[in-house]
Amino acid sequence: MDQGAAPPGIMVTTLGKVANWARTRSMWPATFGLACCAIEMMATGTAHYDLARFGMEVFRASPRQADLMIVAGRVSQKMAPVLRNVYDQMPEPKWVISMGACASTGGMFNNYALVQGVDQIVPVDVYVPGCPPGPQSLIHGILTLQNKIMSGEITR
Amino acid sequence: MGMINNLRRGFAVTLRVMRRTVFGDGLLTTEYPKESRQKPERFHGRHVLNRHPDGIEKCIGCELCAGACPARCIYVRGADNPIDEPVSPGERYGFVYDINMLRCIFCGLCVEACPTEAITMTHLFEMSVTNRDDAIYTKNELLVNPEGIPNHMFTPEQDPMVNLDELKDADGWMRATAPSGRAAYEGIPGWSASAGIGLRPPERGQAGAEVEEDDDD
Repeated sequence: MDQGAAPPGIMVTTLGKVANWARTRSMWPATFGLACCAIEMMATGTAHYDLARFGMEVFRASPRQADLMIVAGRVSQKMAPVLRNVYDQMPEPKWVISMGACASTGGMFNNYALVQGVDQIVPVDVYVPGCPPGPQSLIHGILTLQNKIMSGEITR
Repeated sequence: MGMINNLRRGFAVTLRVMRRTVFGDGLLTTEYPKESRQKPERFHGRHVLNRHPDGIEKCIGCELCAGACPARCIYVRGADNPIDEPVSPGERYGFVYDINMLRCIFCGLCVEACPTEAITMTHLFEMSVTNRDDAIYTKNELLVNPEGIPNHMFTPEQDPMVNLDELKDADGWMRATAPSGRAAYEGIPGWSASAGIGLRPPERGQAGAEVEEDDDD
């Protein structure tokens, strides 16, 4: 069969777009508030900023029902295995947002007690700077993640 | 029967609120990507490095900002000014100026420490990245052009949510704590002009400021 007759994989790319669109529009975050960033994460879910506009208002306490882990706050060395455990329990496809300075790099807590960047434990998709990032900053991070998902493959 | 009455009373509240919000103009939600919340005057956002009105850099490479930074996110290296073509007034200039935005806690102590009002914070907060390297802002991104707007890590084409005009709004720290704005100068705007912006308007309560009606909100 002549492979050059039609662009290869046109069905798959269209299906991929639809699947990616579906994934971005209802990402359920796992509750992983660890510090003051969690307060801003909660504020993002409230009526003023309304994460429900993106289909994300259901913060699941159970990782089995979550697609996205927003690591909000500083991760101590003791919390690190717990965080990895929660991440491992989430079903694929899954994403991680590292929210705030502490989760991303350790921030001003450059000491032995804290993990210097949560990407040492789990793969991070989007880093959100700020201390803490305001609700709008977090929404910007979420939209950055949505762009990333839309431009990616579905066979993750 | 009691249950139906309870339902009716409950949904009456829902409908009353819906009339005010969904169908009226009392909607509480800020639809962020379309509209942004009015930020406070002293909002701490992204840093910029300012220039004097004649285009010469304000940073003198003294590293006081790096010393004041509690997160140690600023890296400055000074160099001697070329005699025939000085980059900044004085002997030295900031040769390397890096800020790791992922470590920065946006406290504004660098702005407070700066003796020349070179570094100020702005109202821009859209800095989310998918790559750690993109969070390290170098002099290329921090330093303003003669119009008063620096490069951003992402152009508005790459990230439609970025509004570069927000980089023109300096936060209030400079005004409150720079040497020319200390308590002895209270009521007198004492900061220096910047390229692209000129002399920033005085704050409320200072000489020359517009008198505002106190609306007690």
